[in-house]
Amino acid sequence: MTAFLERLLGRVPIGWLQLSHNRMRLVAAVAGVAFANLLVLMQLGFFGALIGSVRFPYDQFNADLLISASDMNTLTDGSPLPRQRMFEALAVPGVAGATPLYFAKLDWKQPDGTIRTLDVFGVDPAARAFRNPEINARLADLSMSDIALIDRKTRNAPKGLFASIDAGQAYTFETKGRTLKVIGTFGVGGGFSADGELVVSDQTFFKLFPNRMAGAPNLVLVRLEPGAQPTRVLAGLRALLPDYDSAVRTVEEAVWRDQKFQTTQRPVGIVFGFGVIIGILVGLIIVYQVLSTDVADHMREYATFKAIGYPQRFFMSIIFEEAFILAVLGFIPGFLISLLLYFVVSKAISLPLAMTVPRALGVLGGTIIMCSISGAIATRKLARANPADLF
Amino acid sequence: MAAHPIVTGGLCHWFGEGEARKQALFDIDLEIEAGKLTVLVGASGSGKTTLLTLIGCLRRVQTGSVRLLGTELAGAEEGLLIACRRRLGFIFQAHNLHDSLTAMQNVRMGLDVHGRAAAENWQEAARHILTLLGLEDRLEYLPGNLSGGQKQRVAIARALVGNPDIVFADEPTAALDKASAMNAVDLLKRLGAERGTTTLMVTHDSKILDRADRIITMDDGRITGDSG
Repeated sequence: MTAFLERLLGRVPIGWLQLSHNRMRLVAAVAGVAFANLLVLMQLGFFGALIGSVRFPYDQFNADLLISASDMNTLTDGSPLPRQRMFEALAVPGVAGATPLYFAKLDWKQPDGTIRTLDVFGVDPAARAFRNPEINARLADLSMSDIALIDRKTRNAPKGLFASIDAGQAYTFETKGRTLKVIGTFGVGGGFSADGELVVSDQTFFKLFPNRMAGAPNLVLVRLEPGAQPTRVLAGLRALLPDYDSAVRTVEEAVWRDQKFQTTQRPVGIVFGFGVIIGILVGLIIVYQVLSTDVADHMREYATFKAIGYPQRFFMSIIFEEAFILAVLGFIPGFLISLLLYFVVSKAISLPLAMTVPRALGVLGGTIIMCSISGAIATRKLARANPADLF
Repeated sequence: MAAHPIVTGGLCHWFGEGEARKQALFDIDLEIEAGKLTVLVGASGSGKTTLLTLIGCLRRVQTGSVRLLGTELAGAEEGLLIACRRRLGFIFQAHNLHDSLTAMQNVRMGLDVHGRAAAENWQEAARHILTLLGLEDRLEYLPGNLSGGQKQRVAIARALVGNPDIVFADEPTAALDKASAMNAVDLLKRLGAERGTTTLMVTHDSKILDRADRIITMDDGRITGDSG
């Protein structure tokens, strides 16, 4: 290590020798950086899971454009929309088809008396509202009353339930005074607001939610003709539909808006964002503490080097060397532990916690920058002083 | 270039601020010749070390003039001070070695400051100077494993390895036994004779006074005696 750094730096690797000379301090510093990394990576993992899970239902829609009420922030809020807008939209050149989608939340009571929350989507079984082939294969069956398909990634469902449904054993449960018969499953996964999803026909939906009307869907899924320019159709729809009650967006745009709202306006997003900031602060303070103690302990030696004629950038390079070593040594255990925790947590709560290369590299780069800033602050005293005053 | 490597004129220095401001040096006019061992003596608090650190670019000049190797230090930029420091060798009362570096690496620090070209054959140069100071079997020792005298000799090696024009030494022999101290002083005198290296030393050691070319006595911030 020493020889490697000596070749790399073209000088005695004082930073490394200094750090490795005091093993206890090195271990404590590396543990501190690892802990800060772990904190940041976990918060980013949750944050990423939130962003990722927002997208799941949108990805299911067989749509190019979405028409929603103008006051919609996320998929699950906002007023219903006059179905009239769908018929108006069909007249716009380039629109191949449109179908309404009805949305609500439903309590699913478990045998032990606890409740799971399901996002319920009511669709016309004759229209292809979804891309998911597992849903499309069973659409015809949904046209019978009180038939449903369930998300097999629903959190905390009874063990073996979905396997038995897939084996042909229909599952019935009572809700809203009706008996629903679940005849099949599909895999999507719930997000932060619900445990899973349920797909029913629009007619079943209106029976479950009698105050909802066919004339007022939550969303209109618009498909374009092959070769149609999405931007041109979008502009046409926006010009036609009144913006006091409806908004037209591409699916990507809608996802982005939803993610932005949930990460900046909802507490859950802000909490995770705050967690990232706390992690960075903890890391900064730990590294600053370590480096400033190190500078203070070596003030006489540094003063001697300064007296010999070493410039300030020499001391900066020692401190950056130390900062870089701490950042890399701390990142390795922090990264490995968070990989393990990602696995454990995503198993436990069925959220999509996944390590991404940009996230890992970003945190490593951020750690190096964070350590360097701490180091730069730690050497300020050295920069100003007369060498003679430092002895 | 001035004939003398060190020339001061009207040099005054104060410490502290406001009411506590106290003058430590009064109108020091001094010329020191090249290649000689000049010793500063005087009671503690007489201003010897202050004078040494002002001439050695370790403190900024407040009033008066210091011409070091032809360069005026009063009002000099940090960059110029750094360039001057590189032509000097410092031996401090405490050894100030870096405790994570071996004797060889510590000596190398005195060469690296001159850039990569100067440090190319650093091992040869460092081994040579450490051998001259009787440390040939302690080359790879960390300071923690060396005696006080050995550490001080490594510090002397670090000061001399870069072939400085002037060596500043503040009580360098306090930690040395008599034989080592004489060896070090002889080395400095030899460098003076062979290379014209000038040495300015603060010391109380009477054995060294015997070998000094010139003795300057200070009292209360003024020069009160000068054998030269």
